Amino acid sequence: MLLKRKKSAVQQFYLKEIINGLFITIKQMFFGKDVTIQFPEQRRVYSPRYRGMHYIKAVNGVENCTACMLCPTVCPAECIHIEAGERPDKEKYPVKFEVDFLRCCFCGMCEEACPKDAIKLSTLYEMSTSERKVYDKDYLMEQRGNR
Amino acid sequence: MDIIDIAIKLGMIAAVFGALVNVVPIMVWVERRGSAMMQNRRGPNRIGPFGLLQSLADGVKFIWKEDRIPAHVDRFYYILAPIVSLIPAFMTFAVIPFASTLVIDGREIVFQLADLNIGIIYILSITSLSVYGIILAAWSSNNKYALLGGLRSSAQMISYELSMGIALVGVLMVFSSVSLRDIALMQGQTLIQLGPIAIPKWGVFVQPLGFLIFLTTVFAETNRLPFDLPEGESEIIAGYHLEYGSMKFALFFMAEYVNMTIGSAVIATLYFGGWQLLPGMDFLLQVLPLSGLSLEIARIGLEISSFLVKVFFFLWFFVWVRWTIPRFRFDQVMTFGWKFLLPLSLLNLVLTSLMIYFGVI
Repeated sequence: MLLKRKKSAVQQFYLKEIINGLFITIKQMFFGKDVTIQFPEQRRVYSPRYRGMHYIKAVNGVENCTACMLCPTVCPAECIHIEAGERPDKEKYPVKFEVDFLRCCFCGMCEEACPKDAIKLSTLYEMSTSERKVYDKDYLMEQRGNR
Repeated sequence: MDIIDIAIKLGMIAAVFGALVNVVPIMVWVERRGSAMMQNRRGPNRIGPFGLLQSLADGVKFIWKEDRIPAHVDRFYYILAPIVSLIPAFMTFAVIPFASTLVIDGREIVFQLADLNIGIIYILSITSLSVYGIILAAWSSNNKYALLGGLRSSAQMISYELSMGIALVGVLMVFSSVSLRDIALMQGQTLIQLGPIAIPKWGVFVQPLGFLIFLTTVFAETNRLPFDLPEGESEIIAGYHLEYGSMKFALFFMAEYVNMTIGSAVIATLYFGGWQLLPGMDFLLQVLPLSGLSLEIARIGLEISSFLVKVFFFLWFFVWVRWTIPRFRFDQVMTFGWKFLLPLSLLNLVLTSLMIYFGVI
């Protein structure tokens, strides 16, 4: 819809409005605060609730996971693959723990389902790779972005 | 004209050409950084101090990119178009004086490439040629968007050249000359003496309305925002240079910036006294302990720097306006040109004639 607004003669001559506009830009130029984040040096800080890259929480180098299979069961994208094994002290543990980040939809249900507080989502968001990787247990056990 | 005169002229041509070519990377950097600062961004800041070498990197990229000619274009005119748009841009600067004369051993050095007695008419005619480059590019590209850009460009040029010419007639009437050198010389006179402050007879003081009209039309002639309809990124993608890549695109880009420089130089010469010293500089010249030839050389240096300051102010003004005012709609451009600027320029002409008739100026 074409709106016809009544304008005063001064406004219709545009000159004053243009000069006002020029002063706005020059004010922004000298007094405006830059909003750019210089990425590799500066990083945006996300909320701690952000659902980023997974990791398996470990205490004294031993993973919390008991291979109860709750996370692959609840996972809607079916991106978690666990093979269970037995430790000498008869405790169950994951021999294989793989997460396919390409399939993952980062819903965070695995984190919610986990009774042992083992699989967790960190705030790391730089997950681009040049190849289609499935991350294994060793990679996930590194306590990056621990919280 | 003996061999030394020719050598001096050739040196001057080389200097002016070099300056014009080097304005392009500087202005690209100023434009990118300036726009970034106005929009609360940072702009290119990785290559060199403050990103100064960014333009150099861009140039290297332009040269090394594959120069691909699309299969559906008219090859001859497609290759010709960037050349046709760049060469008139460089030709125009020949008649613009950038300092007064210097006399060394009875030899008069005129700081102007060619003192044509038709100066301003030469500029008008050569700048009209640059539209051919755009139309050739648009037509030979065999692309609907490019053709639309070319159409818009020709329509816009015709509408705004009219007001531009009529606005210029006011200046020519006041100074009763078409030679840019004479016009610049006459702007050294004093218009009104207000106590210790002498207001010079600069074009902007005797032709304020004409100056505004001329400024607007120069924006339209150089296809800069708010009149960049031939390009119109959001409507017709990139307009006339849509099918161009690598150095051919860079030539169009250079032509735009050189045209901006010419526009600024013409504004500075016609309305801001050309090489006439900026306020305070003649006082500086009196204070300096110089005499004879060294004083003359200092004067020439100050004149060239005042001219450069004026030109760079208007170059900055082009950038400043570009990032302030959005693009017009096409019908608005036509309405503004024909129904507003043309009557206004005619009014300016009538007012100037009356003022000259009654001896005010």
